[in-house]
Amino acid sequence: MQGYNDGMSRPFWSNGPSPGQFYNFTGGDRSASQGFGPQNNFGAQRSSQPITTGTSVVGIKFDGGVMIAADALVSYGSVARFQDVKRVFKVNDQAILGTGGDFADFQSIQRSINDKMIDDICHDDTISLKPKSLYNWLTRILNNRRNKFEPLWLDMVVGGIENGEPFLGHVDLRGRSYEDDIIATGFGKHLALPIIREQIVEGRPFTQEEATNLIKKSMEVLFYRDCRALSRYYVAVCTAAGANVSEVQKVNQNWEVATVVRGYS
Amino acid sequence: MFQQMNIQQNFPEYNIPGKQHHDFSPYESNGGSIVAIAGKGYAIIAADTRLSSGYSIHTRKQKKTFKLTDTTVLGSTGCWCDTLSLTSLLAYRMQSYVHTHQKTMSTNAIAQLISVMMYNKRFFPYYVSNVLAGLDEEGNGVVYSYDPIGHCEKTTYRAGGTAGALLQPVLDNQIGYKNQNLAEKPEITKEKAISIATDTFISASERDIYTGDSVVICIITKDGIEEKTVQLRKD
Repeated sequence: MQGYNDGMSRPFWSNGPSPGQFYNFTGGDRSASQGFGPQNNFGAQRSSQPITTGTSVVGIKFDGGVMIAADALVSYGSVARFQDVKRVFKVNDQAILGTGGDFADFQSIQRSINDKMIDDICHDDTISLKPKSLYNWLTRILNNRRNKFEPLWLDMVVGGIENGEPFLGHVDLRGRSYEDDIIATGFGKHLALPIIREQIVEGRPFTQEEATNLIKKSMEVLFYRDCRALSRYYVAVCTAAGANVSEVQKVNQNWEVATVVRGYS
Repeated sequence: MFQQMNIQQNFPEYNIPGKQHHDFSPYESNGGSIVAIAGKGYAIIAADTRLSSGYSIHTRKQKKTFKLTDTTVLGSTGCWCDTLSLTSLLAYRMQSYVHTHQKTMSTNAIAQLISVMMYNKRFFPYYVSNVLAGLDEEGNGVVYSYDPIGHCEKTTYRAGGTAGALLQPVLDNQIGYKNQNLAEKPEITKEKAISIATDTFISASERDIYTGDSVVICIITKDGIEEKTVQLRKD
């Protein structure tokens, strides 16, 4: 094939692993077999507990879209350390993501996703990452890290619109994943899910207004009962019109009942 | 009591009481059961749709049967993340087979492939209970079942998953006619197999908290794969 402009030709398969091998994503330049952590005479040291953590994430599908909410708190053990943090974010016009678990791991994965989005935009071909692809990608990344016993300690809720249909899925630190119409993580699984489930009308999806109110109610209950929750939260909404993260929302608080309680003073 | 020695520095490391300490385990049991029955000209495989860990249910509509070809279906339960890894790698290996050999894989070829893939991870196994059902080259039903490290056995009926130990004796009695002095053992028809499989799941959901919500039954014949759903207990 002489006469072909070699200056423009690119290897068909570049920057990738050898055929039959695996990517070592988040592993930097190390090969997949080298593993993680500083090596010493006693073997490798791994960190395997979350340090700064976010609590529950709640996601709901509604007629024509999906919304994901998480409060604004990142805790350091029992310290309410960072109190205005967005744990939900817009990936692109068709995908949103909410995360609980280790916040540093979330920021790391968020940086990688934003890099992917810049790549997408630079291609300038109107093709961008779809929610199911993002969901599957996260599944593989998290599972790959758990296989190395160096998990990304995350509980993620992926949402978006794909082929006109709302999508909502959950991925955890092992890479376990499932899709559903309502998803909650952590305390939300115990407190928010039953509240939302009670309002389901068989054969009809929620309207956006209903979903917004259910999120509001869920975050309120979570604030009252989850010691690692905060009264302020953010909601990411994705519809066919695009995705956006709300202004900070406040839960309704009513402590009047506290004046009736006797025996503590 | 809370003291631990750090081997690196010979320095006591204190675990602060009240501070949560998480120990990472790569495995988790996400529950679910599978029943497969094979007969003349058919095979059926059923799996429930509950995905849980511990006392909490993640979703009530997670299918655990995977259509691999027009004549083969895999049922896989256990550690769900391993099921996902295994089945996506399997899909890749099967597609690769199609491109190299210009034909889809036969049920017994898939059975062998799964065994090899499972044993490949002998020292960090896929923590899953697999049951493969399909039609052989003659069009008759076959069932293959596995242990987590790739041991494979060919049978005509098998129960697997969290209620496997609960259901296998029922199948031994109802389908294998075990420990019964019968002059002849009547063949199990497709309809009979479907009804037994459905009943075993109804019973399993009464006693096994990891089995319930609904059961998806895949009926494999030469005409294709038919799918039926039966509702189970949701508590």
